[in-house]
Amino acid sequence: MNTPMSWLKVYVPDLNVAVEDFVDAITLSGSHVESVEKKDKNLEKIVVGKILKIEAHPDADKLVVCQVDIGAESPIQIVTGAANVKEGDLVPTVLDGGKVAGGHDGGPLPENGIKIKKGKLRGVESFGMMCAIEELGSSRDLYPEAPEDGIYVFPKDSGVQPGQDAVEALGLHDAVVEYEITSNRVDCFSMIGMAREAAATYGLPFCPPIVPDTVKGGAVEQYASVEVEAADLCPRYCARVVKNLKIGPSPKWMRERLAAQGIRSINNLVDITNYVMEEYGQPMHAFDLDRVAGHKIVVKRAKDGDKFITLDGQERTLDSDVLMICDGEKEIGIAGIMGGENSMVTDQISTLLFEAACFDGTNIRLSSKRIGLRTDASSKFEKGLDPNLALEAINRACQLIEELDCGEVVEGVIDIYPNPVEPWTLPFEPEKMNRLLGMDIPENQMLDFFGRLGLTYEKEKNQLTVPTYRQDLHCMADLAEEVARLYGYDKLPSTLPCGEATVGKKSFAMRVEDVARDVCENNGFSGGMTYSFESPKVFDKLLIPADSKLRNAIVIANPLGEDFSIMRTISLNGMITSLATNYNRRNKNARLYEIGNIYLPKALPLTELPEERKMLTLGMYGTGDFFTMKGVLEELFRALGLYQRFTYRPDGGYPFLHPGRQAAIMNGKEEIGYIGQLHPEVVDNYDMKGEIYVAVIDLPKLTALATFDRKYEGIAKFPASTRDLSMVMDKTIFVGQIEEIIKKHGGKLLESYQLFDVYEGEQVEAGKKSVAYTMTFRAKDRNLEANEVNKITEAIIEALKKLGVELRA
Amino acid sequence: MKEKLKAIRQEAIAKIEEAKDLEALNEIKVSVLGKKGALTQVLKSMKDVAPEERPRVGQMVNDTRTAIEEQLEKVQKEIAKRLREEKMKKEVIDVTLPGKRHMKGHRHPNQIALEDLERVFIGMGYEIVEGPEVEYDHYNFELLNIPANHPAKDEQDTFYITKDILLRTQTSPVQARVMETGRMPIRIIAPGRVFRSDEVDATHSPSFHQVEGLVVDKNITFADLKGTLEQFAREFFGPETKIKLRPHHFPFTEPSAEVDVSCFKCGGKGCRMCKGSGWIEILGCGMVHPKVLKDCGIDPEEYSGFAFGIGLERVALLKYEIDDMRLLYENDMRFLRQF
Repeated sequence: MNTPMSWLKVYVPDLNVAVEDFVDAITLSGSHVESVEKKDKNLEKIVVGKILKIEAHPDADKLVVCQVDIGAESPIQIVTGAANVKEGDLVPTVLDGGKVAGGHDGGPLPENGIKIKKGKLRGVESFGMMCAIEELGSSRDLYPEAPEDGIYVFPKDSGVQPGQDAVEALGLHDAVVEYEITSNRVDCFSMIGMAREAAATYGLPFCPPIVPDTVKGGAVEQYASVEVEAADLCPRYCARVVKNLKIGPSPKWMRERLAAQGIRSINNLVDITNYVMEEYGQPMHAFDLDRVAGHKIVVKRAKDGDKFITLDGQERTLDSDVLMICDGEKEIGIAGIMGGENSMVTDQISTLLFEAACFDGTNIRLSSKRIGLRTDASSKFEKGLDPNLALEAINRACQLIEELDCGEVVEGVIDIYPNPVEPWTLPFEPEKMNRLLGMDIPENQMLDFFGRLGLTYEKEKNQLTVPTYRQDLHCMADLAEEVARLYGYDKLPSTLPCGEATVGKKSFAMRVEDVARDVCENNGFSGGMTYSFESPKVFDKLLIPADSKLRNAIVIANPLGEDFSIMRTISLNGMITSLATNYNRRNKNARLYEIGNIYLPKALPLTELPEERKMLTLGMYGTGDFFTMKGVLEELFRALGLYQRFTYRPDGGYPFLHPGRQAAIMNGKEEIGYIGQLHPEVVDNYDMKGEIYVAVIDLPKLTALATFDRKYEGIAKFPASTRDLSMVMDKTIFVGQIEEIIKKHGGKLLESYQLFDVYEGEQVEAGKKSVAYTMTFRAKDRNLEANEVNKITEAIIEALKKLGVELRA
Repeated sequence: MKEKLKAIRQEAIAKIEEAKDLEALNEIKVSVLGKKGALTQVLKSMKDVAPEERPRVGQMVNDTRTAIEEQLEKVQKEIAKRLREEKMKKEVIDVTLPGKRHMKGHRHPNQIALEDLERVFIGMGYEIVEGPEVEYDHYNFELLNIPANHPAKDEQDTFYITKDILLRTQTSPVQARVMETGRMPIRIIAPGRVFRSDEVDATHSPSFHQVEGLVVDKNITFADLKGTLEQFAREFFGPETKIKLRPHHFPFTEPSAEVDVSCFKCGGKGCRMCKGSGWIEILGCGMVHPKVLKDCGIDPEEYSGFAFGIGLERVALLKYEIDDMRLLYENDMRFLRQF
């Protein structure tokens, strides 16, 4: 919404404030100012000049030398190349040291304007410049009397005098303020609404136009009739008739106000409709009554598939939810959106039917979207207008028709308004409002605020009556906001909530996440963030079989595109994609982790919310290998009190991982995650090369096991006894199997075991490897006897032999 | 005898003084105090001393030994000290060489901003809670006073899964879920991912994060909201930070406000970051709408509350002066390394 300050002052005559002050004040009272366009920006030292004499330039054919009366003792000399000026013309003249806004070509305006200094043009001194309208930062659209190319000449009847401020004479000492109006304040999408706000903000008198009423029915009924079939979509329809129309230009004041609003003057009739739409926020439509078949208006739904040509010449396809304005035979307009070519008003019009209606906002919004046509009118209607506005606006338009002498208004109005909206009442509860606000605003001050906003107070009933244009006021809290905003949010005290103390905390699961972040970062992994939705092609890229449950992903009904169309069921794609981004940007090493959800539907299509599981995903390439990654996980498990809690089951069956370099991480029989090198084909699919390692941990499962409880176990008082195991075995035997045996037979006395060598190569037989462990035994309460340890060691060796392990000396 | 001892003593001490290293010193020690040393020889000849003289001579021998030993120890210390110093002189290193670092990873800037924010509110007694990202229309809209056909519900803004299930467009549904439990008082912060159907560009992402705050208790006031946000702004943006509340509209709060903080780059003087205004808009807030309280099973006559919502990316981008939101989701190491 934009308002020129000059137009606001029509309704708030005492509003004499600097625009900067106004912007701050109106923003603090609730109408957020987005921008201010000062029309006199960079216009300095510009006066009305009267050309007394024009002489040829001695050395230039295209230049003339003018003597210009600027209201000073003697005229000044100005050299110009403009061809349109003649002696006696009154023109805007910028004096030496002044400024204009732009060039005469009407191009983009320079930020700091253009300085004008005296100088010589082809040897003849010039003490200023006569201005084109473009040089004043405006255009012919707004000043149609300006020449297409040349100096602006004040019309003869303008009554301006030499020396007068030319910027003021042109009405350019004005500013257009643009507001961000919130959706609840439909009333503020109008000059009158904003003027009411301005008046309320400053506590100044508000003077809206005084509009004469007319009778319901009356003479108008002999000219036209209206029938509303779809009353649900059209709560009110008002029609009035104007006869003996005289189409012509509208007066200067109206042209200027429209101009300031950026609306070009067309003729008195179009200007009046535009003027009333700006003034009241009520769109109106004018029909040539002679072209309305049967002089009858019918408001009804279109039929599915109907075609209709709007007045912009476009054919539109309709459906049965689109509301149409029809005459006795045919459709003549899309209600609230755009009229039809077939009922367009032309200069030949003699009798006019004005429409001011209220259409269902939601329906207009949805229709305009389906049809693909949004207009000034539809953008007003879709906000949901106050039906009581229609009559006032149509009467205002008729008042202007008469005042501007552009036709004869027929008495009476056709007003189809079956369920009139009446003002409603709310109790006046000053204590409750003060309690909600945490303030102590006196009752009479509150009542003053409400009065400014047009609410009336009845003392006997202690209630406030809310005018229907304030559709947003329905409860005490709504009223409290009105009080607070007019009192000033800036004057609110600052307090802190008192009452029962609460404990600030994070959940246990969040603590586990924090530990996971710390461990990852301590090991060189940086936090990443990837999208929750991705392409269904991800499954093929990850070699996930066609029958895999992972493919049962939630599909977004209206995605941004296929690439963002399903909710991820596996967290790897985002990670690998991020690694690929780094790889393609030639970053040598990348180590990333992410904590984010996967979304597992319980059934498809969704009937209840899916299961959201937080996954910790790690990915890396460059320095490091499988065991680097595994080390990070082991650190994490240790930090969560789960040291050596899990086993690594080779070949977890993950299709996207290298079959010989992957493991399921097992808590007994429960899988809590996996780790591995990406399958080379997957690496190919993401346009990378080399070894890429990933790991995924199911955080809810880990959280269920994690503990931060620690118990001091004492520092060993008795010496340990160690035994080394040096073994040769088939490569196919994993050390995990050895460790299982060591653990199983080690019993209580086995304190720890440590792998200290793995070797494959020339020193051992082909297909074999040598592996060496140190086992440490200790009793907490005594020295161990060699025999005890030997017995355990022998049991371990026996079991290892059964596995096919050879002991080396 | 006496002269002999004196001679031994003088000779030994003279030799000790001259010793250049520990080996020489040891040789002296052996030659004087050793089994075959000069002093030991003297002791062996004690049998030739008259018995009454023996204690006196014995004393003399001991004195001599002690004197030599003391001298030995003294010189030994001196030599050790000298040697240590010589060694250290050879051990000089270039201390301006770079340190050996263990390369740590980096927190995501969004996460740093979130943790900074959570820390402030945990300190004020707020509990951090989470809610589902795939959410019912009922919680995302209906319970928040956004009825069917509200423009905010338009398909263009919301990703739908089914008619009733959608990707939450805000963290506010967590408010409704927490209020529904009926446990009072409520002081929560609910951070999380939200989704809006916006094409990706420098300032938009279809997925971003919000941080929701909610307080419900008896006698909670609009002034409490202002005070709380003031405290937050000072802790989060710096002790000099000021805030400005501007009236605004949200369906689920009344009264509502948008909050600007004094520009944390220029301190309010006006700069490029605040577009010359000195203020930066950072959040929306208000008193929980009585209808929302009621629909969530809380009596608005007895309880009142306030809520606020912060766009986390917005805060992170501003705080770290990141000029393109896409960087947050690309995970380029060269970007992440800077935090």
